[in-house]
Amino acid sequence: MEPRETRLYGRRAFLGVTAVGLSSLVWGRAAWRAAAGAAQPFADVLPPGLVSGWRIYTVAATMPRFDPATWRLTIDGLVDAPQSIGYEELRALPSAEQVSTFHCVTGWTVNNVHWRGVRFRDLLAAARPHPEAQVLTFTSAEKPYVDTLTLQQAQLADAMLAYEMDGKPLAREHGAPVRVVIPDMYGYKGVKWVERITLGADAEPGYWEQRGYDLDAWVGRSNGA
Amino acid sequence: MAPEYIERFSPTERAVHWVHATAFLVLLATGLALYVPALSVAVGRRPLLKDIHVYTAVAWIGALVLVVVLGDRRRLRATVRELETFDADDMLWLRRYPRPQGRFNAGQKVNAALTAAFAVLFAVSGSLLWLGERDHRFRLASTILLHDWLTLISLFLLVGHLYLALIYPATRHALRGMTVGTVRRDWAERHHPKWVREQRQ
Repeated sequence: MEPRETRLYGRRAFLGVTAVGLSSLVWGRAAWRAAAGAAQPFADVLPPGLVSGWRIYTVAATMPRFDPATWRLTIDGLVDAPQSIGYEELRALPSAEQVSTFHCVTGWTVNNVHWRGVRFRDLLAAARPHPEAQVLTFTSAEKPYVDTLTLQQAQLADAMLAYEMDGKPLAREHGAPVRVVIPDMYGYKGVKWVERITLGADAEPGYWEQRGYDLDAWVGRSNGA
Repeated sequence: MAPEYIERFSPTERAVHWVHATAFLVLLATGLALYVPALSVAVGRRPLLKDIHVYTAVAWIGALVLVVVLGDRRRLRATVRELETFDADDMLWLRRYPRPQGRFNAGQKVNAALTAAFAVLFAVSGSLLWLGERDHRFRLASTILLHDWLTLISLFLLVGHLYLALIYPATRHALRGMTVGTVRRDWAERHHPKWVREQRQ
């Protein structure tokens, strides 16, 4: 048999691909941002549903269903006048609009989300919070999801309780009928399917904070970022 | 005259393949339902899907270790050697010259190298995602991108693999080698002549 030249190219391919993949843990995000910027004109042509960029994270077996006829939002705790607001009443409150970027703590981002909703100042006015009320606790209809914002955080210029996303009533998977939006913080602070807002003096750790996430979820300045 | 059959894959080799294939399909199905918004909404039950995904990954690695421990390790080592070695015919075959091939053709060797590398990368990035949910020191901004891209590229590899194994007439006989272990000698002489020649010696 003639002598044959053989090479361990298969092992090299294995080690090479593994090394590139592992190193991408360091450079992947930056490269993806650069590539996504270059590819934006193409992405704009695609149907929006295909590359929405959203991922739907839930913690319960089923997503809550919204019935406009029976839905109520409760505002209670350290307030003079606890409220129970229906969907139409909520939409009758002064509304605000904004375009902001949504950051998830796991690393994905959705740019230019168009929100409409109610600023917390307008939402809480009728309840007349006590001076010692410093924290808002948002209880989701998706049990046992709960999270908090300080009153100061909730009064940031671009924080709101949103009921519309990209021109349409909030979809079920995005928290219908209302969710918290606070673009300076990671999405786990943006409680979906909000059914109750309780004002209190102190913050109890929320769902993900009980699992090790930071209480203040500032984008780029928390959770080890 | 009844066709003559020869053994292409040992029980240990087949066990490695089917452990990997079964786990991959379960992980892919649950992973897509966790990842694609429309599927997430249709399926719901995210905590359950997450549990199935994670436990399947653990079972996958455990089963692979078990196969290696209990199986024919000498034969597996020889197979790895065979897969990672490319000779002059393999290099020409990849450039589409019709050169005679051994038990694995060069395309199968490339697929094996990629599959092995992806298995490592899936396991590492998946573990980091799991750990990151519990401890932010393990939370890297690029982990989810790596896991996503591996899934996307794997989907293309899987489609190609299934086409050649189930549909393409010239190659689909290979499936028999991976199920019962044997293939027709005349088919092997056409597709893997160097292997048949070595067996005769």
